[in-house]
Amino acid sequence: METTNTSTIRAKKSELYIFIARFARDPLGLFGLILVLLMVLSAIFATWIVPYDPIALDIMHRLEPPSMEHIMGTDQLGRDVFSRVIMGGRIALKVALISISVALSCGLLLGLIAGYGSVWVDRLMITFFDTIRSFPTIIFALAIVTLVGPSLNTIILVVIITTIPVYGRIVRAQAQSMKNNEFILAERAMGAGVPRILLVHMLPNIIGPLLIIASMDIPAVVTIEAGLSFLGVGIRPPTPSWGSILNDGYSFIRNTPWLIIAGGIPLILTTLGFTFLGESLRDIFDPKLSKDI
Amino acid sequence: MWIYLAKRTSLAVVIVIIAISLLYSMILMVPGDPTAVILGPRSTPEMRDALRADMGLDRPAIVQVGSFILKVFQGDMGTDVFTNRPVSQIVFEQLPYTMILIFAGISWAIVLGIPLGCYSALNRNSFIDKLTGIFSVGTIAIPAFVIALYGLLLFAVQLQWLPAIGAGEEGDLVDQIKHLILPAFAIGLGWVGYLSRLVRASMLEVLGENHIRTARAFGLPEKLIVFRYALKLAILPTVALMGVGVGYLLSSSVFAEIVFARPGIGKLIYESVLTRNYPIIMGSVLITTIIFVLCTMMADIINAILDPRMRENL
Amino acid sequence: MTNSSHTNVLDIRNLSIEFSTTRGRLKALRDVTLTVPKQKIVGLVGESGCGKSTVIFSILNLMAENASITNGEVVFEGQDILKMSAQQLQSLRGDRISMVFQDPMTSLNPVLSIETQMIDIQYRSSANKKEKRKRAADMLDHVGIPDAIHRLKSYPHQFSGGMRQRISIAMALLAKPALLLADEPTTALDATLEAQIVHRLRQLQKDLACSILFVSHHLGLIAELCDQVVVMYAGEVVEAGDVRDIFHRAAHPYTQALLECDPARIEKATRNLPTIPGDIPDLVNLPSGCIFQNRCSKKVKECTTSSPPGYRISPTHTANCFLLAKGDDI
Repeated sequence: METTNTSTIRAKKSELYIFIARFARDPLGLFGLILVLLMVLSAIFATWIVPYDPIALDIMHRLEPPSMEHIMGTDQLGRDVFSRVIMGGRIALKVALISISVALSCGLLLGLIAGYGSVWVDRLMITFFDTIRSFPTIIFALAIVTLVGPSLNTIILVVIITTIPVYGRIVRAQAQSMKNNEFILAERAMGAGVPRILLVHMLPNIIGPLLIIASMDIPAVVTIEAGLSFLGVGIRPPTPSWGSILNDGYSFIRNTPWLIIAGGIPLILTTLGFTFLGESLRDIFDPKLSKDI
Repeated sequence: MWIYLAKRTSLAVVIVIIAISLLYSMILMVPGDPTAVILGPRSTPEMRDALRADMGLDRPAIVQVGSFILKVFQGDMGTDVFTNRPVSQIVFEQLPYTMILIFAGISWAIVLGIPLGCYSALNRNSFIDKLTGIFSVGTIAIPAFVIALYGLLLFAVQLQWLPAIGAGEEGDLVDQIKHLILPAFAIGLGWVGYLSRLVRASMLEVLGENHIRTARAFGLPEKLIVFRYALKLAILPTVALMGVGVGYLLSSSVFAEIVFARPGIGKLIYESVLTRNYPIIMGSVLITTIIFVLCTMMADIINAILDPRMRENL
Repeated sequence: MTNSSHTNVLDIRNLSIEFSTTRGRLKALRDVTLTVPKQKIVGLVGESGCGKSTVIFSILNLMAENASITNGEVVFEGQDILKMSAQQLQSLRGDRISMVFQDPMTSLNPVLSIETQMIDIQYRSSANKKEKRKRAADMLDHVGIPDAIHRLKSYPHQFSGGMRQRISIAMALLAKPALLLADEPTTALDATLEAQIVHRLRQLQKDLACSILFVSHHLGLIAELCDQVVVMYAGEVVEAGDVRDIFHRAAHPYTQALLECDPARIEKATRNLPTIPGDIPDLVNLPSGCIFQNRCSKKVKECTTSSPPGYRISPTHTANCFLLAKGDDI
């Protein structure tokens, strides 16, 4: 139906421009972006922002409420909570970036193999993926911690193990639906080898949605790290993590509410920020949702 | 239908077997002496040798895994080295508390989430719809244990409206319910969000389908269309979601039990981690995993029962 | 077509409908006028995308959310449907006006039995459930579903496409409508089934003394079934008349081309089927002048500058084409 020239002229409008215009219209998405930038920047520039050394003790001033000297008060060892919160962002970000990128790469690889390979390879992978996904995450994490010992690396390992199947399944589904696409069949007819097909042809089409899904996993990963650190099986003291601040707050809940409040705020802001941002991005890229006219 | 049932059940069994193998092999994969891991740092060489012989750790790995799988299917998950009681007994003692908590959590999520989702779908872009939308995303994002901690802080410690610790007096139902309120609220809140979003999206999709237009073309009353023609169809995806929900709730309940010092699997696992009591942990992981697998299986089966398209004629 | 309104069951006057799309406003219907006289079968012909379904849905006011009616009225038995309240509309639908849908695969609710759906449609009747069930079974029987009383309990997916189409027709006839709207009811069926359905429709029209508005792009069917024909192209009515007027004395170049392209008319064996060259114009950015100009072999100068009005060729026959300018304007 579109044969006149005006429609093709419209299509030439820069895609980026359209994207930015649509994004700018979503207040929640913008709000999320601001929160994300806040978190990421404060984590990156943490060492320059923190007013105090996060692990410096000052027992004389323990468990103080917020004041001019300590914006978020002090913890049970007199350490400045605000500094610890800012530094904690580093841990959260580090865990998130490392584990998601490793899980993404492995999941991508395994998913492509499962999707493109023979039926038996696929069945094997799927059963493997499903089994890992059947373990309730935190409970499984605690099992691994018992064996390997508590540390930040353990947490990263656990997150990687439990998220690979998620990405693997998504990639597999995409690969399977693309396997019989015409251009792939054409490539095969021309004698292209499997690695080339996987890397050069399938990958670019799968990566887009995958990245959006991965970015929406960041809040979940941050939550797992905080949760495990809260339980005491994550970060080793005295390194600050939002979870460990919450742990301290829990131990001293009857002495002061401020530790819990302070530990919860960065978690809430980070999870809300990434989630709102992710939702906004997904609304833009997922055509099924553009029914609002 | 029966074919589907058989397939689904056998899939569940296969997964459980692989899970058991994996968990058991994890002991063997740890560098060093598995008995030292199990017994902990305070074990003596004699204790370790005894355990090694008892567990048959000198046999080849495949045999060990195989015999363990068989034992699990008979209900034997080993013995706790510290109390000498069977692991399964210890775990099953704590299980009911956790299941009650999970049930309470998901119940209130359903009671609030599904009607909210329905209302949002029928009154698109209304104030309540928009509010519910933001609220849903928010509660899905915020971790359950943070909600639990804030809830504890505000309602139990500061305002003292609700109890902070434990599950309540045995036999006193009202007291037990009072103790359930905060933890169930904390773990269920995110699910209110999930469910309302899913129901909204599902209803909107169904309402846009041709058969709804047919129903309207015949002048059927709107109430009939919404509840009999649309909702019945729209509800199907939520069943699957709730199957998965149990798995997530199992994890959240660990935090809820620890924050509110409630008895249950969570507390059991946590204490076992501190004492490095791997058999208990393995038993707990196994049982919770089996529960999860069973729940997702049942959700799929219920879905098949409710959706006549999935019933094959024999 | 100057029948006065009391002999017409349906009177659509100057109906214009636009859709909001991402590319802009799509002018789906422009100044559409058509009438369905009492107890007559009117065929609505045109290729896919010409707006036939939009017309049909406007009669029941069942259009998509992004549609807006910019002009016109749809008068049914003296009342403008477009101005009716939701209550009035609801009482009309499935009672005085009934519809057979185009796509049998998706037009029935998949999780409810045929019995439930057919009994629900009869909700206005004071008969008890047993009687309603009997009526449903009888109607299914009437449209040729074997073992009707037992098959009522089945679900839509357990029937073939042809059966589902027949069920849709049965449902539409459970009411005793004054106007039956049939939106390509035989498109999904094979030729023999098509012939059967058409035969039944003709029979039922006589029995119920109703009018039928029969939408199709199948010319042979229209010729066989209909008393009058309306030809649409890209959202406009280009020609209307008695069935003989259209098929023997087609006046609009589009109608003529359409008839020439009908495979049933081919007399000599040939490799190339005739087609109309060109594409439907963009309905978002409408060209000025006649809507058919870019595909018309008989174009004259005026065609590019203005839209032709309707010209009366005979008391029963009108067409919108400048080539008829020597006749009277309407």
